[in-house]
Amino acid sequence: MGVDRREFLKIAGYATLFGLGGTAAIDILAPGELEASTTGIPLTQGKRWSMVIDMRKCLAQQDKKACEDCMLACHREHNVPDWGNPKHAIKWIWQDKYEHVFPDQPNEFIDEGVEGKPFILLCNHCYNPPCVRVCPTQATFKREQDGIVAMDMHRCIGCRFCMAACPYGSRSFNWGNPRKAPKNLNPDYPTNKAYPERSKGVVEKCNFCTELVAKGELPACVQACDKIKVHALNFGDLGDPASNVRELLQKHYSIRRKPALGTGPNVFYII
Amino acid sequence: MYDGGKIIIGLIIGIGLFLSPFIYNAGSSAKAPDPQLTEKAKEAKVCVAPTRFMRESHFTMLDEWRHTAVRDGERYYKAADGKMYYKSLQVTCMDCHSDKTKFCDQCHTYLSVNPYCWDCHIAPEEKK
Amino acid sequence: MLDRALKGTTGYWSWLIFLLVLIGIGAGCYIYQYFEGLMITGLSRDVSWGLYIGQLTYFVGIAAGGVMVVLPYYLHDYKAFGRITILGEFLAIAAITMCLLFVFVDLGNPVRIMNVILYPTPNSILFWDMIVLNVYMLLNIVVGWNVLAAERKGIKYQKWVKFLAYVSIPWAFSIHTVTAFLYAGLPGRHFWLTAILAARFLSSAFCAGPALLILLCLIVRKVSNFDPGKEQIRTLGGIVAYAMILNVFFFLLECFTAFYSQIPGHMHAIEFLFHGLDGHGYLAPWMWTATGFAVVALVLLIVPATRRKEDTLAVACVSVIIATWIDKGLGLIVGGFTPTMFDTVTPYWPTTPEILITIGVLAVGFLVLTILYKVAVSIKEEAAA
Repeated sequence: MGVDRREFLKIAGYATLFGLGGTAAIDILAPGELEASTTGIPLTQGKRWSMVIDMRKCLAQQDKKACEDCMLACHREHNVPDWGNPKHAIKWIWQDKYEHVFPDQPNEFIDEGVEGKPFILLCNHCYNPPCVRVCPTQATFKREQDGIVAMDMHRCIGCRFCMAACPYGSRSFNWGNPRKAPKNLNPDYPTNKAYPERSKGVVEKCNFCTELVAKGELPACVQACDKIKVHALNFGDLGDPASNVRELLQKHYSIRRKPALGTGPNVFYII
Repeated sequence: MYDGGKIIIGLIIGIGLFLSPFIYNAGSSAKAPDPQLTEKAKEAKVCVAPTRFMRESHFTMLDEWRHTAVRDGERYYKAADGKMYYKSLQVTCMDCHSDKTKFCDQCHTYLSVNPYCWDCHIAPEEKK
Repeated sequence: MLDRALKGTTGYWSWLIFLLVLIGIGAGCYIYQYFEGLMITGLSRDVSWGLYIGQLTYFVGIAAGGVMVVLPYYLHDYKAFGRITILGEFLAIAAITMCLLFVFVDLGNPVRIMNVILYPTPNSILFWDMIVLNVYMLLNIVVGWNVLAAERKGIKYQKWVKFLAYVSIPWAFSIHTVTAFLYAGLPGRHFWLTAILAARFLSSAFCAGPALLILLCLIVRKVSNFDPGKEQIRTLGGIVAYAMILNVFFFLLECFTAFYSQIPGHMHAIEFLFHGLDGHGYLAPWMWTATGFAVVALVLLIVPATRRKEDTLAVACVSVIIATWIDKGLGLIVGGFTPTMFDTVTPYWPTTPEILITIGVLAVGFLVLTILYKVAVSIKEEAAA
């Protein structure tokens, strides 16, 4: 025999590697067939999208009725299911009491206008987001053009490192398949057929309605608050000195959640 | 050869198992895929790209779309004829090809392809 | 050489079958988890990591512990350890196998795991963790296998093997440092945001790893004709003693900073673990049990008479393993997530499927360990004859 068993195995191994590597190389090196897509319609023109929440207006509305319009609008717009239990809850924008929103500012003698009152929370779309820093696949990333911290659902492996890294608890995980959420709590799911749902095993959060902002519309929560003429949610471009948010921040004292951590949150609260 | 009897028997069993699907289906033929266009699709006459290209590479295009739309924020696609399309499987593609069973599934089922797009993207409701 | 694992006593095969049964049950539960999602575990929006990640962290430590045998032998020419370096290396392989499996079962979308390699992200510590763990496993496989093969043939192993053994020494320190970095850089999680976390991880690894190795050596001596050696076990006992002292000392340092400064962020997690917070004190019995075992371990390890006697040393090692396992495999993770970012407490306890999957993964590790040890021991038995 010319070739002994060891030689044969070596040749077979190399041939396999060459064959596999060859096809891979052809795929990678061959020119693409698709046209480059164009920007077409102007996208978000903001440089640093942010939200200024005027809690005085929101709390005034809360005194009249338990208002949940912004939360319902957001969750309807994005097909966010209701699992009916806080452990598996998916929250893009939600309410919690003042002490839980600002735990780094304990004040047992805080004024009653604020004590125990329901504040609105959402992803802060930080300037220096720790969630983006830790994501091993860049499934969550900060958009350079406008600062929005976005999610790529196609890439998320569900490791939940971002959830551990977020100091604000803004992120939710799909512990189960959203389509299997209790029917009695989600009677007309999916609520928005023009927007996708999520599969189980990915993390999601507020995305500042990138798809609406791309069309020149305001985020769903802002639209809902404007619809009932409360105007507590103000969405604007911090990078534009003449924007609505900059004007509000110049005129009123505002606070942010846990600013000492250096995350640079872009959601401001006017108390 | 050593253990010749065992080897030959093993070969027969192994090759037999390997060929069993063909043996099982021998003589019969599966129905060829018959994707049907909706009225709206027939009226539009052209898709976002030539039919031949779409048949061969629509998945690659969808992959490009999702990458550029989600990650780069480029949500509009300029077709060869200059027309602009909003990059969305759910809203754009399925707007014309609204019958998934009669169109998409025809070839997918025949080729035993199970794209996981539909785990998240909502297929339009079809009239039964 | 693997064929040596196919020949064994009834006891050996019964043990393997027992492990396979556990693996089967774990696999079944995992299939359930794969289809239903991670909602079958006790995890929640507020405590999003639990038993799986805790076990991952613990076994990275055990894997790193193997270096406590390799370092004295290669760097300080402590010839006695030459007898058992292979046992340390094979323990590391089994431990890393468990670590990788724990990552896999914890993922929400495991089929996409290649994304970590396809889209390298150097700013993410998980990326580096993947690299260092896999390279460490490869190092141990290559070095261990080649040294063992050389011993079987009665020749000296080649020079490049020694070079890789040298590389594996700082690499062992790096795997657990990188794992600590997963936690120690997260703003907002005050239980973890401390520079000493990496040092705590390393010290607990260097007592738990060698402690397990001592127990395995005692078992090997009992079930085979290979005796790892009295001197080897005695030296390892000394290493466990020093490492355990450091481990407990570092924890007490944390307690001082927390309670002397009286800063709530520092205190709350420790309070939750050892006493309870907002009415949730379910972990306190566990943490105090760990403390009890740690004290027992320290006494038995520090007193020379009990450390030098192998039966009391074995008790000390079991105590070390129980104490470190509770501290790192459970307390570390839940403590990091409690209190939540809203200063509330969401209790976490693993569910039964979660525990069965964990046991299944542990069984895989012990299966790999048993098979590798069988190979190593049978070759050493032959070499001695």
